[in-house]
Parts: sequence; C-alpha cells; structure tokens
Amino acid sequence: MRPSTTRLLNILVPVKRAVDYAVKIRVNPQQTGVDLNVKHSMNPFDEIAIEEAVRIRERLPKGSEPVTITALTIGPPKSVETLRTALAMGADAAFHIELPETAPAPEPLGVAKAVQAIIEKQLNSVDMVILGKQSIDDDLGQTGQMLAGLLDWGQATYASKVDLDLEQKNAVITREIDGGLEQVCVKFPLIVTTDLRLNEPRYASLPNIMKAKKKAVTKLTPADLGVSFKPQMEVIKVTEPPKRVGGTKVESVDELVEKLKAAGFTAVS
Amino acid sequence: MSRLWHWSRRCSRIFTRPNSSLASQLNSVTDADALHFSKILSSPSSVLSTLPSISTSPEELDIYNNDWMGKYCGKSTTVLKPKTTEEVSKIVKWCNDKRIGIVPQGGNTGLVGGSVPLRDEVILSLSNMTQVRSFDPISGILVTDAGCILQTLTDYVAPHNHIMPLDLGAKGSCQIGGNVSTNAGGLRLLRYGSLHGSVLGLEVVLPDGTILDQLTTLRKDNTGYDLKQLFIGAEGTLGIITGVSILTPPAPQASNNVILALPRFENVLPLYKTVKRQLSEILSAFEFIDRTAYDLAVKHGQGRALSEEEVEGAECFVLVETSGGRREHDEEKLNDLLESLLEAEEPLINTGVLAQNPAQFSSLWALREGVTEAVSKEGKAYKYDISVPLSTFKECVDLTRERLRSKGLLNDDQVRAVIGYGHVGDGNLHLNVIAKAYTPEIQDALEPFVYELVASHRGSVSAEHGIGAMKTHALHYSKDETSIAWMKKIKAIFDPNGIMNPGKVLE
Repeated sequence: MRPSTTRLLNILVPVKRAVDYAVKIRVNPQQTGVDLNVKHSMNPFDEIAIEEAVRIRERLPKGSEPVTITALTIGPPKSVETLRTALAMGADAAFHIELPETAPAPEPLGVAKAVQAIIEKQLNSVDMVILGKQSIDDDLGQTGQMLAGLLDWGQATYASKVDLDLEQKNAVITREIDGGLEQVCVKFPLIVTTDLRLNEPRYASLPNIMKAKKKAVTKLTPADLGVSFKPQMEVIKVTEPPKRVGGTKVESVDELVEKLKAAGFTAVS
Repeated sequence: MSRLWHWSRRCSRIFTRPNSSLASQLNSVTDADALHFSKILSSPSSVLSTLPSISTSPEELDIYNNDWMGKYCGKSTTVLKPKTTEEVSKIVKWCNDKRIGIVPQGGNTGLVGGSVPLRDEVILSLSNMTQVRSFDPISGILVTDAGCILQTLTDYVAPHNHIMPLDLGAKGSCQIGGNVSTNAGGLRLLRYGSLHGSVLGLEVVLPDGTILDQLTTLRKDNTGYDLKQLFIGAEGTLGIITGVSILTPPAPQASNNVILALPRFENVLPLYKTVKRQLSEILSAFEFIDRTAYDLAVKHGQGRALSEEEVEGAECFVLVETSGGRREHDEEKLNDLLESLLEAEEPLINTGVLAQNPAQFSSLWALREGVTEAVSKEGKAYKYDISVPLSTFKECVDLTRERLRSKGLLNDDQVRAVIGYGHVGDGNLHLNVIAKAYTPEIQDALEPFVYELVASHRGSVSAEHGIGAMKTHALHYSKDETSIAWMKKIKAIFDPNGIMNPGKVLE
C-alpha cells in the first residue's frame, strides 16, 4: 500500500457580516449610506467560500491527513454570529478581530493587512486563503487581490471550480471571465476568490450547530495584530437610483411612432 | 389552436355532477344580456364574451373556465370584471331578474372546483377591484377591495410592520375576497386564528343586487346578529364579497425556522407536545410532510434539499417556525429546545437543519409550501383535505395506499404515489393521491372510502379547502341532517332564485 503523501492542509476563510441580500435597502436620511437597522447575515460569497473549504476536506480520500479550516471575521461584537455559522458549516476554529460598535466598516486594504497579520503571526502555515469575490454591501471586490499582492502569493479570482493536487502542491482553477471560462494552475500557497457558481452552500445541521458552540473563537484587537483600520476612503454621497416611471399603452402603430419620435428616436433606414 | 386543445385535454369530463333542481331552472346568457353588461360596465375590457356582440376569442376565457388543477371545466360564454361595488350590484340585479347563474371568482386557486362554473353561468371576476381603501397603522385594521391579491396586501402592510393574519402557498394569486369566502386557513392559523376572528367587517352584494354594507373597522361591536359570519366560508353561495375589513397583527421582529427529520411518524405527537411546551408563545407554525412528499418537493426543485446524511432514515419531517418580539430571546428558546431534543435519552428526532439567514428561511419554507406545486407537476391529484386526530395521520395515508394497492391501482400508469402533509398544529392532514390521469376507477376506489374513513374518526371531510363542487355529496359525512336542512333554509332566504354559485356547497 502506498504511503499517503498528503500532509496537513490549512485553509483560511475570512468571512464578513453584511446586510442580508433579501433585505430591501433604503438610503439613510443623511445620504451617507444605507439604513443598517436591518437583518444581517454572512456575505453570500463568503458562505460559498466556507462551503468550498468544507468540500475540499470531504473530497480528499479517506485516510488523508486532516484539513484545518479556520474562519476569520473583522467587526463589532455581533459579528461573532457569522463565525458560529461558519463553524456550524464545518470550520474548525475561528478568529474574531473585534472592532467597536461605532467603528466604520473596514476597507479592503485594511482587511487584507489584517489577514496578512493573522497568517504571519497567529497561524502555523496557511496553504490557501479562500475569500468571497466581493461583499454585497460595498461591492468593492478588492480584498483577495490586495492580499495576494501583500503576501506575494499566486491568485485565482472568480473561481467556479477548484481542483487541488496535493502531491504537486498546486491547484487548477476555472475562472469566470467576460469571454467565458479560463483555467489557471496556481502553486501553493494561493488565494482563491469565489464566484456564484462554485457551489451551493449547505444548511447548518443541528448536530454541527451544537458542536460549533464548543469550538474555539479567539478574540483579538487591531492593536494585537499591529494593524489599523483607519479609513482611506470617504463616502461623499449615497442616493437611490431614479424611480422607474410607468410605461404607457398605445392604441395604434401611428401613436407608437409618434411617441418614439417625441422621445428622440430616429429611424435607422 | 393548440392552446385550446391543451386546455380541453387537461380537463376531464368526469366531474359533472347531477344538476341540482335549482340549477336547471337557470337561463343562459344571451347576446342581449352581453350587450347590456357592456353598457353598465365602465371599461370595455370588463366584458369578455364569446357571444356575437363582444366576440372575444374562446381561448381568452379558458383561464376563467378552468380550475387550477385542471380537474374542473366550466363552459361559460361570458366573464365580467367590474371595477366598483356599484357595478357588481347592477350585474347581480340583472342576473337575478333574468335568472342567470353567477359564479363569483377571485384568484381561481381553489382546490374543490368552487370557483369555476358547472355549466355556462356568468363568471363575475373580482380581479379589477384592487383598491386598498384604508389602513390604520395604530390598530392594524386594513380595509380593502375584495380583488386585492394576498401577497400585494402583505407587501402593503409590511412597511408599517404588520402582516396579514393568513398565509398560504397560493398567496401570489389568491385574492382576499376569495380567502374570506372560503374561510381560508393556511400556515398561520395556529398563531393568528381563523378568518372568523380576524375579519371585522364585510361589504357584500346580496343575490338580489342589494349592497350590504357592514364594512366596520370596529374591533368590538355586539349589535345584533353577526351576519358577516354567514358569508365567511359560504364560498360565494349567499352573496358576493366586494370589500373586506381585516385586523392585521404586528409583524414579528424575529422569525426563525427549522426542519426536523423524524425516524418514525409516531414521534410527531410527542414532538409537538415538547415543542409547544418549550417554545410556547413564539411557536407560529408546526407543519408535517411525509418522506414521499419531501422527495417530491425536492424532485421538482421546490426548495434546496437537505443533505443525504440528514435525510437518511427519516420517515417524515416537521417544519417548526417561531415568530417573536426579540431575536435573542427567541434564539435562546429555540436553541434550548433543539439541544434538549438532540441530547434526550431517546431522541425524537434524527437531526435537523436551522435556517442561518432569511434566504435559508425561505428555502426551508419552500420545501413545505412547494409540495402542492410539486404534486401538480408529478401528475393529477386527488386531494383530500381532512381533519382527523393527529395520531391517525399516518394510518389514514397508509390505509388509502393499501386500498389502492388491493384494487391493483398502485402502479406507474395509474396511481403513482399517496402522500400526506399538513398543519399538524390544527389537526389538518392533506392526503394527496397522485395519478397519471383522472379515471372513474381511481375515483370509485377512493370515494366514499376516504370519507367513510374520516367519518369513522368523527373528522371533517374538508378542514380548510371547502366544499365547492367536489364535496357537495359528502357534506353529510361531517354535518348531520338538521344542520344541512338549516343551511338550505338560509340559502333559500338569501337566494330564492338560486343564482349565486349554483351547485356548490349544497346539492
């Protein structure tokens, strides 16, 4: 029997607590952002990231060395719920970089630096960081790429399929790009950001939810890591898109042509 | 042309019941009538008629003439869609004078053939009466036209932090007038009670055209006989509801749900007791689906499925929903319940999944609400909506399945599946027999077998779906002769000419 050549695989998954995607958001009266007094949940792309990490573990042949999945979040005390969800889905341990309730939301560069600090100071070795391609509240989509730059690691973004080769210590990843699909091969350690079609996250089962309560969550402050989340960007104004005006019904083709002309459309030929 | 073929093929002709004596005295709509209707209704689109003066194409009437299941087909030539109560009154007066039968129709989502004509009665659709008349955000009292769709009303009161007191799978199509006329039950009855309690007032057009205005917004009003209770659940046989005043409860600040997998059906009852006790006031729904129903819902993509592991060995599933004022408080209660269920010496459940966010909350509900749709995608359904003791739910499903097996009807070409699901908390089981096609053989094997089974448990042959055309002959299984005789007397007082939804509810 061939001795197993797989070694311990360490996956880090940063997750973000964001406004739930089903919520109907409203711009706040000050026009500086949206009303945050609504339901929050884990950013959907981060759910996909956790799910992928768990599936990677499940896909490995039985008898392989264990895979450790660590979740990480940056935010106010309430963010710990997001970590509980991650733990219930299959993460083994979690880090909570706690910010005060009133602190502004962290920006991608700050997040990337914090993740870098966790990797370099807190974890033994990380083979893979899986992040959501963007968060649905700011839609910035920069964190994964910035992290790759800071760590000088290879990256594969907008992943719709991830296949690891533990012997070769690389991953073949299918990326969703404008023209279609692209396959890249990236050496370990690497950054992956998830796209929608990568997988469908599982429900958290009751036994796992119970187990999650006993899993370790380590609390840290930005000072512990030596990072600052001072905002580099200032939001000047947030407004709603113009309201949709209702359509009208016309009684005849002539009326239609008249209305098109009035709206400034001209015939092509 | 192919669409007409499709509609006529969908409907089997098996369900023409022997006409009641009342119905045979009614007249058909004539061209002169159609012309008159188009004069009294303000908009030309309010009259659809295949008669010469209007000449609508027959296909356009199909959706009004055929019920949602494709089981009942009417042959109406004329559909009227009035915009105001006055217009409804004028139509009804004319029809009463001319002895023309009227079928009031809302969203046409009924499951007992009550919303489509038996012959060529005029269809009076409330679909154009869609105004919300008023809403008081302090009391939560909503006054609306009968043609408002339930989901629209839910969306209307949501920004004021209120919800409708009822919720059912058909919410995107069913109208509040129809809900009230059928005393619809649904998923929230456990928590908010029936429409007999939450409807405060009605505006009804009586069979002679008189407008009965009892559209009060008073929470308490003990002044004489409460006439509105007669119309709630009368299925359009005593008058047409044109306006509804209804009390809407405050929206829960926190909602959660969980689906539990049970190894044995026998655990449902003790589970219900435990859940009721531990969750107490935050319990808002307790729904049951058997394994076959769950598999069907998943097969037809009704909601995201649980994992293989989670459903292994599960004989049935229970969906529990909580609604309360404070998230932390509800979660604590729910977590304590789930822990105690899992850690019990002899666990009642194998496992379960708890929704982690609103999307999962909807998905878990979809697994239960989507069963109805999955059933209609799987084949033709015989639906028996019964109230029987909770402990007999499984037995009723099994005995029905056995009966069909013993008649050699349980196979891919005839009856494909027999499933059970329903509102455990209300003692209401939806027994569905899914067949490849509706046939007299299957019908005879099922009826009166199912009704007799229900009667043997002193149950109801129609817990919430109503009588419609389907169960007029079965009324006696759940109501005695005296009751039925008095129902007929009341009907005769309100509708001496028998024009209002003839052939429905009473034979």
